[in-house]
Amino acid sequence: MFKKLWCFVRHVSGDDAYEQYLKHHAEFHQATVDTPPALSRKAFFKLWQDSKWKGINRCC
Amino acid sequence: MNQHIKTILWIAVAMLGAFAVAGIALNRGESINALWLITAAVCIYAIAYRFYAAWIAAKVLVIDETRATPAERLDNGRDFVPTNKWVVFGHHFAAIAGPGPLIGPTLAAQFGYLPGTLWILIGAVLGGAVQDMVTLFFSTRRNGRSLGQMARDEIGMVGGSAALIGTFLIMIILIAVLGLVVVNAMKHSPWATSTVAATIPIAMIVGVYMRNIRPGRVLEASIIGVVLLLLSVVLGGWVDHHETLRPLFDHDGLPLAYAIILYGFAAAVLPVWLLLAPRDYLSTFMKLGTIILLAVAIVILRPEIHMPAVTQFVDGTGPIFGGKLFPFVFITIACGAISGFHALIASGTTPKLLGNERDIRMIGYGGMLLESFVAIMAMIAATVLDPGVFFAINSPAGVVGKEAVDAVAKINSWGFAVTVEQMQQLASDMGETTLFSRTGGAPSLAVGMASIFGSAFGKELLALWYHFAIMFEAIFILTTLDAGTRVGRFMLQDLLGNFNKKLGETSYTPSVILTSSIVVAGWGYFLYIGVIDPNGGVNILWPLFGIANQMLAAIALCVATGILVKSGKLRYAWVTGVPLVWLVTITTTAAYEKIFSADVRVGFFAAANDMSAKLAAGLLPADKAAVAQQLIFNQHLDAYLTLFFIVVLWVVILDMVRLCLRYLGGKPVLKLSEVPHEPSRLVENWVRD
Repeated sequence: MFKKLWCFVRHVSGDDAYEQYLKHHAEFHQATVDTPPALSRKAFFKLWQDSKWKGINRCC
Repeated sequence: MNQHIKTILWIAVAMLGAFAVAGIALNRGESINALWLITAAVCIYAIAYRFYAAWIAAKVLVIDETRATPAERLDNGRDFVPTNKWVVFGHHFAAIAGPGPLIGPTLAAQFGYLPGTLWILIGAVLGGAVQDMVTLFFSTRRNGRSLGQMARDEIGMVGGSAALIGTFLIMIILIAVLGLVVVNAMKHSPWATSTVAATIPIAMIVGVYMRNIRPGRVLEASIIGVVLLLLSVVLGGWVDHHETLRPLFDHDGLPLAYAIILYGFAAAVLPVWLLLAPRDYLSTFMKLGTIILLAVAIVILRPEIHMPAVTQFVDGTGPIFGGKLFPFVFITIACGAISGFHALIASGTTPKLLGNERDIRMIGYGGMLLESFVAIMAMIAATVLDPGVFFAINSPAGVVGKEAVDAVAKINSWGFAVTVEQMQQLASDMGETTLFSRTGGAPSLAVGMASIFGSAFGKELLALWYHFAIMFEAIFILTTLDAGTRVGRFMLQDLLGNFNKKLGETSYTPSVILTSSIVVAGWGYFLYIGVIDPNGGVNILWPLFGIANQMLAAIALCVATGILVKSGKLRYAWVTGVPLVWLVTITTTAAYEKIFSADVRVGFFAAANDMSAKLAAGLLPADKAAVAQQLIFNQHLDAYLTLFFIVVLWVVILDMVRLCLRYLGGKPVLKLSEVPHEPSRLVENWVRD
């Protein structure tokens, strides 16, 4: 129960974004010769934050 | 059997809601309980969401759960990502709900609690939430295209350009008025100033933590940030009592305005991770925490509402802003009832994250209902104050007089009891030197929140609660201010890119500095004028913002109505058409009054002429005469801006009507730009599992 709630909070706040990304990467980009390796946590977070702050993102 | 229970349950909710609305609307006795407002709101939201939103989703928009969304079709792991609906809801709500729903209802409380409350409820259910939901839907069906692009694709060049220019101007005015609200809250309040100042380094610490020390640990960093923010409130009290530190943070309006302008420039130029992104996280957590705390406190405490249902100021003589109940209550409460700004979030960011069209109802319609609920709580916080106190805090010195005795006498003459001692006691309880003429809405909202929190969780901490509330408002006003400056910069760079390629590059430093300076100078000018205006700049700037914002909402509803007609759904066009007609009515009436009214508190030209005449006759005191020329110029500028908004609005409307008539007459029109149906693989997989 508490574990579920904690997972939900982490998910909604974006705290587990990197883990989700790794999961996605392992699932959809299986290590073949030409797939790039997964990004580091730092590089992923940089990319995520930069893309989130493009365009209009706040209102009144 | 089950069906019957459900029916009975919904009838009960409907009856409870009707009873609560009747209770607040028909009550003419002493005072009513805030719980009635909450009950009415929750019942109305529940019924609107369960029936009206569901009907729009099923019949008007014909939402297709099996259709692939752009997030799925164009999934690139970055802009387009199918995302959990609660995560999208969180993003969407955090983006649409800024300081607007807090300030608007606080200002509109001068008409009494009833007009504002009814507009917040009815406007959100029939207007705002519908606008957000249909815009989100149409943008989702068009690969997440922005409102401006949709207007261009569906109505024509004119509509598209109008939406873009409108957005830019609204941004400028909104930032100026928000800056003014913060300045008025910090004026000669070392406690508030030092606390607000501390939020800047705190955001930077959190930014560096998330970027370099523990990358991506959003929760850890936010907890550190929130703890530091709470500490800064306590430390502000210490600064306030410190002999050498106190003068450092004790300033007039103008220096504070310059500081805010400088800060806005820095924030637009600095990298986002250092200031904007971490402040955004902090403001989201603070917002959620405080709103939940406020809701809990209201339910525990069940405060009485002291403001009358309707005050005598419905005749247009109100001290906070001039103008009659109709149309000014409808443009004063923009966010919280209906806001064109939301259409920018609902087209663009949010549709690119939607995993399934089914979620549109919850995110578009539900998100707006939640914002409306925030506005109701702001209304409660403003109206639980004694009306005399409320007007003493919110009436500008130019209206009630600079001296406390004069102000109290003037407010008493309106029939609202308040004494100088009472205001002094309140100010010292809140840790301030004075609370007279603290216009802008932030201080009175903070006093309201502090008295609710104080009664629910302990009275001895009133000063702390007050400054906590000021910090809470300031942090997300500044979030809107710096993010807005940045967005304005992007839009300007985009525009300049058409003339000079190099200037359009968002990473080209000279261009960044040039465009940021232009945007900051734009809102900085209005902020400056607002600060030097003795009648309180809010009287001028907030209606201008309201008109601009409702104009953008009308453009969004125009696009939606045009699309509905073009899709052959003429018989459902009233869903967006009715709020559209209402918005056009109030925006046009308000603009007409702001331009042509002979009342100097309402009409821009009337005010300018009045001041010119007084200046020529030498009737103005020296301090007022020194700034009179600027104020006169500004009144003219505001009048022409209003005229511009209303012309733009009518051009778009006529263009939309022309388009609909052509379509109905069987003549060729711009084709629907909806992306063809593609089955969703996500749903199929889910079915197979």
